Amino acid sequence: MEDRVVLSISDLRVSYYTDAGRAIALDGAYLTLRAGEKLGLVGESGSGKSTMALAMMRMIKPPGRIERGQVVVDGTDLTALSDEEMLAARLSKIAYIPQGAMNSLNPVLRIGAQMVDAIRAHEPKAPKSETEERCRQTLETVDLKRSVFEMYAHELSGGMKQRVCIAIDILLRPKLIIADEPTSALDVVTQRQVMETIRRVQKKIGAAVILIGHDMGLMAQFVDKVAVMYAGRLVEISAVREMFTKPLHPYARALISSLPSLENKGVFQGIPGLAPSLLRLPGGCAFHPRCSNVMDVCRSQVPPLEEHDDGRQVACHLYDRKQ
Amino acid sequence: MGDLLELRNVTKIYHRGLISRASTVALNDVSLTLKEEEPTILTVAGESGSGKTTLAMLLLGFIPPTSGRILYKGQDISRLKGDDKVTFRREVQAVFQDPFAVFNPFYTVDHLLSVPLRRFRLSRSRSDARDRMVEALTAVGLHPDDVLGRFPHQLSGGQRQRINVARALVLKPRLLVADEPVSMVDASLRASILETLRGLQKDHGVSILYITHDLTTAYHIARSIIVLYRGSVMEAGDTDAVITNPQHPYTQLLIDSIPWPDIERRWGETELKMAEGEQADHNPGCKFYARCPHAMDKCRVAPPLFRVAEHQAASCYLHEKNPRIDSERLSDLLPV
Repeated sequence: MEDRVVLSISDLRVSYYTDAGRAIALDGAYLTLRAGEKLGLVGESGSGKSTMALAMMRMIKPPGRIERGQVVVDGTDLTALSDEEMLAARLSKIAYIPQGAMNSLNPVLRIGAQMVDAIRAHEPKAPKSETEERCRQTLETVDLKRSVFEMYAHELSGGMKQRVCIAIDILLRPKLIIADEPTSALDVVTQRQVMETIRRVQKKIGAAVILIGHDMGLMAQFVDKVAVMYAGRLVEISAVREMFTKPLHPYARALISSLPSLENKGVFQGIPGLAPSLLRLPGGCAFHPRCSNVMDVCRSQVPPLEEHDDGRQVACHLYDRKQ
Repeated sequence: MGDLLELRNVTKIYHRGLISRASTVALNDVSLTLKEEEPTILTVAGESGSGKTTLAMLLLGFIPPTSGRILYKGQDISRLKGDDKVTFRREVQAVFQDPFAVFNPFYTVDHLLSVPLRRFRLSRSRSDARDRMVEALTAVGLHPDDVLGRFPHQLSGGQRQRINVARALVLKPRLLVADEPVSMVDASLRASILETLRGLQKDHGVSILYITHDLTTAYHIARSIIVLYRGSVMEAGDTDAVITNPQHPYTQLLIDSIPWPDIERRWGETELKMAEGEQADHNPGCKFYARCPHAMDKCRVAPPLFRVAEHQAASCYLHEKNPRIDSERLSDLLPV
């Protein structure tokens, strides 16, 4: 049961057609997640993290387009569904907590009404009393009082609102929860409470979680696996321990060594150079202009994401198999 | 030389409406001093609602304190006039949180940097103004050719935030108030912006008030720290001491909850008391009473500051065996 694959993404590509040209925001993404697994998706802003989440939800809006690839969640290829079928799949198979979700609660509707709405949309015939009871129980699951059901969003603190959003997300027990920076506006104590709530709830319903963000500290505390993105491509996927102790990709290495810790007080090590524009990607590996290990082959050939030792995946010519 | 900036028992209360009696104490009797001859970086840390942005607004002179005085070079900033006011406006500069919101999209970077030079009549000529802009941009680690003549939308978040620092820098300030300057930029750019700020203090003698909720960056950049909770000082002192050996239960909770990017340092086991259903602001006792695991009866009366180490003080009865220290004298124990 625990080893069941709940998400399998293959060769996913998303492009945005802008006046200035075509920007490939996500290219050749492959990803597999098992039930109960927690994956962290990290990268600089503009590296394609949120695009990947939106593509999984099929919420890419024009001028963007999913150009190819599959997103298989719990045995269903989401990219092949009709729009109505996709509506039904959202929340019941795959749930999404967007950035700043807590500000999306309707200020003039009681929390309960918004939760009941979510269930009604999927199960129009569910009896009222049963639906309400389910909502109240779900509120308890996320450490809120049952009485929050009757409250309005303005009566709740930021952390409480974020937990209401989590409650709505798990109402229909989805197989995959995608959380895009769920705690970026919260202070550290509240952040920890919210993350612990997600962890507990996720375990309870056995869902896989994708946590998107650039806070590596949060990743170290929360996820099992880390996937690093750079300029629209996945460049490394490793277990969290290996990622932090022995990152393989030069970008991942630079990212890890730029992190502040208690030991290296006062050492600031940024990553030299700037992230490239998606409209004018350098040829070959997109990271080569900033890479300290650059080789000739990096300028001409895009390195594919390949299996390395102990199930790690990395896209870098440094690890090309000797031929 | 005297004090650059002095806050004397500053309190700020926000009232809600004309009829409602409800009011919020945003800052409660805070005193601190920054010395003119010793440029330093002082962190003011706290979660949202702790009063840290109110503090920034007060000492920039945007809002008046409800009681207490704010002195800049010995003069009350609310009574500054004429040349003194211009000098204050020039010497005290700010960098705000959101590098995307503070730019006017219609103006180029040149315009943005040259307006303050012209307003304060600092440049003798066009070429002099340009030299100053180039100097300031280089100081923040930008290549002038990369940014001059560009519009804000052509720049990245990190570049914009460094331009904000450069804009403050062209005026040769004495004090920089940085309100969450790195919370909205990527981790990889944070390091370079913090390095820029530290360079300002070291090489240009600018004192920096670094306001943040992120104790990791505070630890790396600041010499001393003041931890606020709902407007009151909970703990203050040497950054190393406070962060590696916190004495106040609130600071302990805060530091225990930092997600360190370190696989060996897991989130602590401290039990989390929910912040919900908090008592009214008018509670005269310790502000942390409702959430404190060590809450005692006497905590219903606000605790004074106790000096727990040479460079560390905590406002908590757990440390009442230590000598008391007046809140006005708090700055004396902060290292510079």
